Parts: sequence; structure tokens; C-alpha cells
Amino acid sequence: MSQKVQTEKVRYNRMGQRIVSPDYLLFEAPRTKHFITGSEAVKEAAKRASVDASISYPITPQSEAAHMLGELWREGYIGVYFRGESEFGVMSAIAGCAMAGARTLTTTSGPGTLRAMENFPMWAGSRLPIQLVLMARGINSPLSIQPDNLEISFLLDTGCMVWHAETAQELFDMIIAGFVVAEQPDVHVPLITAIDGFFISHTREAVYLPPEDIALPPYDPYKAPMPVIDMEVPPGRFMRDPFVMKSNYISYATHASWQFEVRAAIERSRPYAKHYLRGLVEHFGDPEGEILFIASGTAAAQAKEATQILIHEEGIKARVLRIKTLRPFPTEEVREAVKGAKYIFIPEFNVVGWLEREVKRALYGYSDIPIFGTPRVGGGMTMPPEFIVQEVLRIIGKEVKHVS
Amino acid sequence: MSVKIYKINEDLKEFMPQEVIDLEEKATWGNPKRGVMDLPYTKELIEEHSLCAGCPESAAFRYILASLPDPENTIIVNSTGCTSLVFPHIAVHTVHSLFGNQNAVASGIKRVLEWRFPDQVKDVVVLAGDGATIDIGLDCTLQSFFRQEKITTICFDNEVYANTGGQDSGSTPRGMEFKMAPGGKQWDKVPMWQLAIDSGCHYVARLTVSSPKKVEQVIKKAIYVAREVGPTYVHLYTPCVLELGLNSDQGLWEMRERDKERFKFFEYMTPEAEEVIKRKKEEGLL
Repeated sequence: MSQKVQTEKVRYNRMGQRIVSPDYLLFEAPRTKHFITGSEAVKEAAKRASVDASISYPITPQSEAAHMLGELWREGYIGVYFRGESEFGVMSAIAGCAMAGARTLTTTSGPGTLRAMENFPMWAGSRLPIQLVLMARGINSPLSIQPDNLEISFLLDTGCMVWHAETAQELFDMIIAGFVVAEQPDVHVPLITAIDGFFISHTREAVYLPPEDIALPPYDPYKAPMPVIDMEVPPGRFMRDPFVMKSNYISYATHASWQFEVRAAIERSRPYAKHYLRGLVEHFGDPEGEILFIASGTAAAQAKEATQILIHEEGIKARVLRIKTLRPFPTEEVREAVKGAKYIFIPEFNVVGWLEREVKRALYGYSDIPIFGTPRVGGGMTMPPEFIVQEVLRIIGKEVKHVS
Repeated sequence: MSVKIYKINEDLKEFMPQEVIDLEEKATWGNPKRGVMDLPYTKELIEEHSLCAGCPESAAFRYILASLPDPENTIIVNSTGCTSLVFPHIAVHTVHSLFGNQNAVASGIKRVLEWRFPDQVKDVVVLAGDGATIDIGLDCTLQSFFRQEKITTICFDNEVYANTGGQDSGSTPRGMEFKMAPGGKQWDKVPMWQLAIDSGCHYVARLTVSSPKKVEQVIKKAIYVAREVGPTYVHLYTPCVLELGLNSDQGLWEMRERDKERFKFFEYMTPEAEEVIKRKKEEGLL
């Protein structure tokens, strides 16, 4: 691919970065090691993604990432940036930016997600490929600002794609891949790229970054399946008979089919996501593991640690199926992966167990393997691998030997 | 010039409805001197309206669309309510997204269009009812003024939530009885034009739509000032004949009565706005 680029005319974006193909940027460009936080990974991804517009609003723990997007605007990497009045206002204004033909990136957390909630189905119904980086912190009263990802549950049925990154490295790669997948003309729906706040946003880890003088091709709004709101593209008038004015069979059918179409667009993202994310799921541990953890985000990282303990200290075959994309949900991959397992455990950083619900729905009628939605922690509690191992041993009726 | 988006492929012309052909051939494109006096002779940008018979909003729509100085570069952002039923009939790019977020959406559109088209002016106009502007959307409305967004906000004030069946709004005068104010509204009408001034609008006008020429002048001033200076606000009385219990031919009478009292013509402008208006008058555009 890099050879091919050299035979073509070299193009630059507005910031003067050389435009490279998504495959080159994600898979082929040389990378150097950096010790950065998840918030900094958002900045580094945005810097290489030819982002046109970003709008921010303060809320812990996403504020730092939003500050850094502002710095990118000052430096010229982002075209439009300001602090809006609330998450509702911000998610509306960023919709305006996307309607007017911009590649858009914004961030939020916890209660801000629900303040903005009305916008997400509107984004999807308007087919806006906005990317929202969600740094989850939970939603609750009394007030809590701790790691918890309850709000992801509310986002699963908005018509947006939802991906869940495990590490800062994956967050960096997902943000770049996310624009490419979300902007495919046959997909063109919003993407929520979630991480577990604090655990990823505020801790440093080694992240391998491509050079900063290369970037994604700019967004071409005229490839969108909907007209850009700029008075440069026909039709001048969108409709003659608005749906809302008609109470009849055709109006109902139109509304229903559009909702199905939004979901179908998410389904059409599968091949692109498989390519750019290197699969919708990740397998870890002993392929013959009888203990199967199904997890996403930071819970998957903890499950991997628990798997190591089970294998090496308890002599129990264990493995992890890590889910990268919640929408589209990797139903086939889950059904395939459970073969050979005797117990399925679903550890989660929330009290409702939204991933357990998803997995049970995918497996209903396909598998009789018992599913345990445990351990489940919330409100900022941690989930030590030893705790996961204890839970597993207790449930499968084995003596707890090495873990106390 | 984006009037090209109304050009019809010659090979397909025979299949196009006459109303679409008329848009290309008989509408007033590329003429900033267009105005309400063209109404009887040219193709209007509103195909037909879907409001009640005699609704003054429909008149307001026709006057405003006839007065846009550069319709081929104008985007209109709308909200939920009676007005949202009309937008599909309008032949410029329009947006309806949510109830009350119209000024936030317009802010995003305006800023991105300025960035994407640095050598062109694209007018962004917000057009929403009093519920959308003053109640549910007040935050977004005022914040767009605070941020000095270069957009024109037009409020169709019918002093009631008409589309949902007649509930009092923030814009209903004290004492008027509607379905969520049994016994009469207990609080005063929100003086939105004054809030607009205090929040940083550079041109503010309050009027009824009883005089088409006056509406034209106000709309043109508001758009020209928004282009160069900052936010502008136009507050129009468009009474709901249905909810007031009037006949469909009494809308004009109702507006003329209010012209004498709470909708007496009022206009405010900052010195920067005055300078723009003076220059546009010298250029013969006002």
C-alpha cells in the first residue's frame, strides 16, 4: 500500500499533513512508543484524523480529552471548536456541524450522556457519522464520579454503533478506524467509542503511535447518503409530503422502514469493522478453556488476569472472549466461541449487567451452558483478578487454594 | 452560486412536476432586491402551506421567504411545532432535528459553513415558535446570542402551544386561559425581545405580520446585520386564530388590534448594526 501511495499524487490536508490511506495509517506506518494517558490517546488520534469540528462541555472524567481537542484547534488541526452550553446543546451543535458536512468528534461522560440522550437517536435517524468518545463513569444519585459503565446500557438502542475499547492503545486505533467505518456511504451512522473512565482516561500506558505528519483522508460529505445542509447539493427541497402530517399506512411504513434501515446500516458496518479492528472479538487464554469469560472494556482486562491465575495457579483451563463491538453485536462470534465451554462468566463494571443481557439474547436457543453474570461491581469499586477467581471457584464448587 | 441545484436535467424535464420546473425558471434567484412585491409575479419558495385556513403564520412564511436576500445560499433551521409542518414545502435546505435545540444546531451549521466556504456567505436563519424559542429552547437561544453566533433568529409568537392543542406558553400574557393554565396564566409574558437585547443581539425587532413591507424590511436588516456583526432577533406576532376562537378571516384584524398595544412596532440596533443598515440603504438593498 505504501508503494502504491508513492505512485499517486501526494495530497495534504488543511494542516499540511500528508494524506495516507486508512490501512497505511492503522497497519503499515512505522510506530514509536509513547507513555500516555487515554485522554492523550484521544488527542493523538484526533491529530491524525483530519477532524473538521469538535464541541466540548466539561464533565469528569472526559474534560481533559476535550481540553486537548481545544489545543488541537488552536494549533490548526481542528477547524471548528468551542465550549457549548450543556451536553444537550453540544450534541445538537455537533449535529449541525455534521449536517453542514464536517467530520466531527466530541466527548462526554456519565450524567452528561443522559443530558444529551435525546440527540443520539436524532443523530442516527439523520445518518450523521459523528464520533462520540464516551469515557464512562456511571449515572446515579447520590452523585458519583467513579469508574462505572452503566450509561453504556442506555446507548445500545439509540441506532448508533457502540464500540468498547480495552486500552488506551485500542482507543487510539478505534477512533481512527471509527471515522473510516462510520463514514462508509452504506453505513453512515454515528459511532460511540466507549472506554471505562479513569481506568483508561487517567492512567498511563505504552501506546504505539504512527508519525504525526500523516493523517486520514478528509471526510467527503458529498458521498453521504443524505443531502449535506449547505445549499450546494440538490435537492433544493427535500420532501413534498412530510411523514408527520400523514396518519396513514404509508406514513407508518415509512417511519418503521427508516428505523429498520438505521439498524441495517449498523449491520452493514460488520465487514468494515472486522477489517479495521482486526475482528469484532478477541480470543485470549487456553483455546480449550472450560471456563469462558465474555467481557468488554476494562472488565476484559481483569478477566485476562484472572484467566492467567486460573491456568497457572489453579490448573484450570480458562479463556476470554473479548467483545470489541457492542453494536453491531458479534452474535455469530459469540455462538462459535462458547463451543467447548462448561461455564460462562460475565464480569462487568456496572450493577445492571447489560453485557449479560446481550450475551443471553445471543445464546438463547443455541446453548445450554450456564451463564453467570458475575462478578459485577459498581460505583467505583474495583474488580481484582483474585476476586474474579474466587467467584469462579466458588460457583464451580472447587476449593479456593491459592487466592485468599 | 448554488442556484445550480435547482437546474433540471433537460432529458428529465418532461417528467418533472410543473412546480419544480417553475422553481428553476420563475423563482427570484440571484437578486438581493427581491421582496414581497414580487409575490404575485414569481414562483414562491413555499409550495403551499399546511396550516389552518387563515393562519397568520402562513402569511409570515410567505413574506419571509420572499424577503431572504440570498435564498440560494440560505439554510433555515426549524424546531417542532406548527411551523415544522410547513418546512417540507420550502425550497431551500432546512433542518428539523429536535424540539428546542434549533439555535445550537444553527450554531454548528454556521460555523462549519464559514470554515468550509471561507470565500462565500451562507445565511443561517432560525425559525421557530414561541414554545421552542422561549420555553424549552431558551437555553440554546440565549447561549447562541452570548456566543455572538452570526445567525438570525425569528420567533413566530402565537402566545400558545397550538400544535399540541392549546396550552399556555411562556409567551402567553398573564390572565389568558389555556389548557394548562386553568383559571388563567399566573405569570407575565416573557419579554423575549428585551432578553435578546440584554443577551447581545445587534438587531432586534418586534412586530405583527400585518404589514408585508415592514416584515420584509425587518428580515433583510436582521440578515444583513447577522452576516457582518452578530446575532439578530425578530419577534413576530402570528396569532392562532383557532385557539383565540376567531374566524379564519380575522387574523389580520387581530394583528392590527395588537399593533396598537403589546406588539407595537419596536426596533433596536447597536451602532455596528446601524452602520451596516445605513450602508445597505445606500446600496439600495433596503
